[in-house]
Amino acid sequence: MDLQTLTYIVVGFTFAIYIGIAIWARAGSTKDFYVAGGGINPIQNGMATAADWMSAASFISMAGLIALSYGGYGGSVFLMGWTGGYVILAMLLAPYLRKYGKFTVPEFIGDRFYSKSARAVAVICLIICSVTYVIGQMKGVGVAFSRFLEVDYDTGLYVGMTIVFFYAVLGGMKGITYTQIAQYCVLILAYTIPAIFISLQLTGNPLPQLGLGSTLIGTDVYLLDKLDMVVTDLGFKEYTTNVRLSGINMFAYTLSLMIGTAGLPHVIIRFFTVPKVKDARSSAGWALVFIAILYTTAPAVAGMARLNLIQTIEPSPGEYLKIDERPQWFKNWEKTGLLAIEDKNGDGRIQYSADPAVNEMVKIDNDIMVLANPEIAKLPNWVIALVAAGGLAAALSTAAGLLLAISSAISHDLLKGMLTPNISEKAELNASRVAMAFAIAGAGYLGLNPPGFAAGTVALAFGLAASSIFPALMMGIFSKVVTKEGAIAGMVGGISITLFYVFQHKGIMFIPGTAFLGDTPANWFMGIEPNAFGCVGAVVNFVIAYAVSRVTAAPPQEVQDLVEHIRVPVGAGEATGH
Amino acid sequence: MSPLNDEQAKEYWRRNVSLMVKLLVIWFVVSYGFGIILFDVLNQIQIGGYKLGFWFAQQGSIYVFVGLIFYYAKKMAALDREFGVEEEE
Repeated sequence: MDLQTLTYIVVGFTFAIYIGIAIWARAGSTKDFYVAGGGINPIQNGMATAADWMSAASFISMAGLIALSYGGYGGSVFLMGWTGGYVILAMLLAPYLRKYGKFTVPEFIGDRFYSKSARAVAVICLIICSVTYVIGQMKGVGVAFSRFLEVDYDTGLYVGMTIVFFYAVLGGMKGITYTQIAQYCVLILAYTIPAIFISLQLTGNPLPQLGLGSTLIGTDVYLLDKLDMVVTDLGFKEYTTNVRLSGINMFAYTLSLMIGTAGLPHVIIRFFTVPKVKDARSSAGWALVFIAILYTTAPAVAGMARLNLIQTIEPSPGEYLKIDERPQWFKNWEKTGLLAIEDKNGDGRIQYSADPAVNEMVKIDNDIMVLANPEIAKLPNWVIALVAAGGLAAALSTAAGLLLAISSAISHDLLKGMLTPNISEKAELNASRVAMAFAIAGAGYLGLNPPGFAAGTVALAFGLAASSIFPALMMGIFSKVVTKEGAIAGMVGGISITLFYVFQHKGIMFIPGTAFLGDTPANWFMGIEPNAFGCVGAVVNFVIAYAVSRVTAAPPQEVQDLVEHIRVPVGAGEATGH
Repeated sequence: MSPLNDEQAKEYWRRNVSLMVKLLVIWFVVSYGFGIILFDVLNQIQIGGYKLGFWFAQQGSIYVFVGLIFYYAKKMAALDREFGVEEEE
């Protein structure tokens, strides 16, 4: 069977499962819609959280980011940053927010900081972070479709929007939870199966995590030593020691991703769905187990795919691939624009080098490392079809989680909480469905019309969450003295300085030519690149919040009692909207 | 309302925070410490094909993170029982 047909069958089959689940898990109440009825088992919630969390960026782009853009060791910022946040979440936020027992993140901020303005500011911060994030997912859906099913990017996006519309609008959090569990299974199989094959081929070890540290099959040379050797021969920095800019930058980058992870609302609300406080703690552990399966495989995929790619282009030292003899997959990916060659010296061979003057691999997109990996390793067609389904599962599951966070902020925080407090539950449920439909249409629109900033937005979302929502939540739980004025000033200050820093180096709204300082290390504060700046924004948030709290009236007694109340598990009851 | 008096509530919170601080120190050491600050030093040690600093940055820290969360969950469940503040089944 040809690859095209096979891909349609595999993708079609997974989509049928998602729609089937949507019909089975319809939401009947606002509680179903916002927190899946509050009765999700912690292991199931861990699996759903893992799918919610691992986006197109984790699945399609991360291995390539590590292998190519960040040149090996430098890519560790993603591995540590996107996992270490769960430790913070499990200890500093999730159990207390679960104890508090409401539906949304802005609702907690509004109650703890006894102010509708604080709630409104939190809604704005939530929408800014989630929208920047969801655009990247919609793009991922469009790209995955267009590459694997050879339909237009636009058509792919419409199909993706329709599927998400179906299960998210019908089922709310309940539908999303069960689809995310199915999506996790699809995406983890799709990620690990090719990795196991490649690890076996290169090292004879079926576990990629061990394969990366093993010797190459039939030799006594370690894979990583060989990789270091071939990349340095081509003029690149040594793979295993290649620092991303500076130690300080790596530190800041990792920290920003960690606290950004802990502060992203679509992840936090997943912990409102478990029955108990102690489930919220263990569920974070399960989530990280399921995430770690992919995140410990990714560096192996990165190293092995890089080695495979180099050995395809340079089969023996100094002997480069003849252009006429390049394999079929090479030509296929050239058509998509992800690979491009240019025979600069006209010798009919493809020179690969770190030196741009002689390098003839003029384009190697990061995404190639995962997308073309099965073809480079000559794996059977069904594995390639599975990778397509996995990429779509990763993008759809994250998009649905983000859309729910956005729509519940609109229907529950803005409508029910502020504009029309007397709305009936049925009307609120309908409003949340309408808000979801609008959120999907809006995200689709932004996916179709990238306003220049679609590409760099995922990393920005972390910086924004790190500098606005995370500090507000942490101070809300760990301090009784932070006042509403302090919290509001902190959130506004933190998110503003982060946005300002990014725009100053990357252009206002990422529009080229509007940056007023060049995006080079010399212009950066302490050598910290814009994507790594969220932790500095968080520090600014904390400092402003405490400073303002010192000069404003202390929080009222009932708020201090609320803080006492959320610190102790007993009497959590079920999540409610009242 | 909480079944704890002020004194007990303070003690419960103090023990929670002290457990948390200990675990966050480990969290910091395995990632920022071993994976970034002491990276060059640890790379002098090689385990199989992995330089140790590189291993912590791309593998080891993640395994430790998983262990930390389950350890915290287990210890806190015990603390909840000790203070009689666990949730009824």
